[in-house]
Amino acid sequence: MKAGALIRLSWLAALALMAAPAAAATIEVTIDKLVFSPATVEAKVGDTIEWVNNDVVAHTATVKGGWDVMIPPKKSASLTLKAAGAVDYFCRFHPNMRGHLDVSP
Amino acid sequence: MLTRYTAALAAVLFVSAAPFAQAADKPTDPQIAHIAYTAGVLDIEAAKQAIKTSKNKEVVAFAKDMERDHEAVNKQALDLVKKLKVKPEDNATSQALSKAAEEERAKLAKLKGAAFDKAYIENEVAYHKQVNGALETLLIPSASNAELKSLLETGLKIFQGHEQHAEHVAGMLK
Ligand SMILES: [Cu+2]
Repeated sequence: MKAGALIRLSWLAALALMAAPAAAATIEVTIDKLVFSPATVEAKVGDTIEWVNNDVVAHTATVKGGWDVMIPPKKSASLTLKAAGAVDYFCRFHPNMRGHLDVSP
Repeated sequence: MLTRYTAALAAVLFVSAAPFAQAADKPTDPQIAHIAYTAGVLDIEAAKQAIKTSKNKEVVAFAKDMERDHEAVNKQALDLVKKLKVKPEDNATSQALSKAAEEERAKLAKLKGAAFDKAYIENEVAYHKQVNGALETLLIPSASNAELKSLLETGLKIFQGHEQHAEHVAGMLK
């Protein structure tokens, strides 16, 4: 094989790697004593957020005018992100609980 | 010691002149456990009255949240006192709280419709404010057992959430 062809091939391989969409990830947010942690999460469209509730009371992850995820005590619940953008969310039962997501396309 | 207690009492008095003013002395752990548990039971009873009486969807949902959360916290409290072998001890503060709640219940029993909803939610705001003030300034600082203190601290955060939730519902009723 000629050196030129070899270089072209490796270029193609590199391009293919860059173009391949990154596999969707699951990002865990734990809830302990009414605190979402991490409080801010950076994610991509297609990623899933999984809230793990360690408290004895139920919480929600709620976006005003948007989605609402119920997280029972000592259980977890998840949501797959469908839209890009920055969102603030809170717990409907305990509005003093707040979290933030930065979702990139 | 006396000055510190007087300051704590003054802070409670500032929040509300009601039941907690009657605490004659710095409460002991068995008394604190009793006060915290009683405060929960009283809010559960208020919730049951609201679930039965109210026709407002938001008010009933709020009352169900109160019932569920306070039952969960009180179960934790019972488990803890059992583990610590502490016997909750009745005291003047618990009794004053119960008496005030009984009067409130009788007052609410005479109301219905929007008047009931408004009075119930307004009392929920005031009640959580009062209990949270007492937790912050008197009960948490007085607790000597670390696990009891930690349970009270988590309880405070939950009840501060309830206070905000109640304020939100009160705003919607206006
Ligand atoms: Cu919550």
